[in-house]
Amino acid sequence: MEAVTENLGLFGRGYLLSLQLCLWGLAGSLLLGTLVAACRVSPVPPLRAFGTAWVGVVRNCPLTVVLFAFAFGLPEVGVNGSYWWLGIAALVVYTSAFVCEALRSGINAVPAGQAEAARAIGLTFTQSLRSVVLPQAFRSSVPPVGSVLIAMIKNSAVVGAFGVGRDLFSVGNSLTSAQGYAALPVLTGVAVGYLLLTLPAGGALAAVERKVAIAR
Amino acid sequence: MTDTASSAGPAGTTTPARPLVVLEGVNKYFGALHVLQDVDLTVHEGEVVVVIGPSGSGKSTLCRTINRLETIESGRILLDGRPLPEEGKDLARLRAEVGMVFQSFNLFAHMTVLENVMVGPVKARGVDKGAARRTALDLLERVGVTDQRDKYPAQLSGGQQQRVAIARALAMQPKVMLFDEPTSALDPEMINEVLDVMTTLAREGMTMVVVTHEMGFARRAANRVVFMADGRVVESADPETFFTAPRSDRARDFLSKILTH
Repeated sequence: MEAVTENLGLFGRGYLLSLQLCLWGLAGSLLLGTLVAACRVSPVPPLRAFGTAWVGVVRNCPLTVVLFAFAFGLPEVGVNGSYWWLGIAALVVYTSAFVCEALRSGINAVPAGQAEAARAIGLTFTQSLRSVVLPQAFRSSVPPVGSVLIAMIKNSAVVGAFGVGRDLFSVGNSLTSAQGYAALPVLTGVAVGYLLLTLPAGGALAAVERKVAIAR
Repeated sequence: MTDTASSAGPAGTTTPARPLVVLEGVNKYFGALHVLQDVDLTVHEGEVVVVIGPSGSGKSTLCRTINRLETIESGRILLDGRPLPEEGKDLARLRAEVGMVFQSFNLFAHMTVLENVMVGPVKARGVDKGAARRTALDLLERVGVTDQRDKYPAQLSGGQQQRVAIARALAMQPKVMLFDEPTSALDPEMINEVLDVMTTLAREGMTMVVVTHEMGFARRAANRVVFMADGRVVESADPETFFTAPRSDRARDFLSKILTH
């Protein structure tokens, strides 16, 4: 186990970088996913078409392809940025499609009468979505969105493999391939690192779910 | 039809009132089903129109077209002289002037009773929260649910929820109130508390379109009863005339089925 104990600092820094990657991914994909979901349920046909196309394309491409497109494709068409931000952008775009669909299941679970009542008192589409439908949709989509976010934490390892920085996964990678440590103990350390991200995330989600539960 | 509006009804209207809701040649289909067939209806200011008829006759749909919760295929609908806007902000503004009470209450499940009544004025009209709160408390007092103001809808009885829903609609100071079978989802012992609130509203001069099966309410509070069957307005008369001497066979048949017990 000295592979881990000798490199605790490295693991620690990798953990923090992965945490940062995930927090950016979390904020970005929740925001973008909500916008795309709003498009998909909007009464405006072009917006609906955009939302459907977004989900159709992004959800059905492998993450690695999306990452390649962002990291290597975008600079070719003149969009430059650090690997760090391009990597985060790819993670956000990819995850947003799944967040959108999880949210949409939540929106569908809100009884139609709620939106009708909101419209009947004179709220616009955007207002009724923001004040009435989405707050209730968020509550019932906590479990599916939670699963998506936990999958995103694990997907951040793929982003790490693209060399956006020394995140948990690339720390493990360099320890085994460049410094010749045995794979099993290093990977165990990496796995424990990811568990330290995902398990608290699961706990936080359960707490959120309890807090926002509403009676119907 | 216009003469009924100026006759002295429960609302005590004596001057000729202006037409507030006008439906002209309205047609509506659900797929192949022709739910509204050339419907004409005029509701004058201060008038209480009760719409009755067998289920599937299109009376709820009629009610829902007035604030465009249902779109129509042909004909036109005027509210206070203006045609209903198709979509967007104009439609939202118009809906703010038309109160609606649903069969299933549809109170916002994630808001307290007070918040339910405040949200319309605050979000749709930009009324400041203090003023909206005062108005909301007044309205809750009027419908008799002040004690419940900090509870969530699911913690209230059906009758209480429906009274809150009425307060929520009134908070927008609507020109006309639509009631879509407001007591059909209620336990029998709660029906009267809701009907009492509605009767008071009618006596205060609120313009109302009420789809209901409560014939007692129709007799007591309506200026006019509109009988619908198979998507058409079959008969339109003051309650006394309608209940004692209906002209059409359909109406006689309907009344014989519901008034025998």
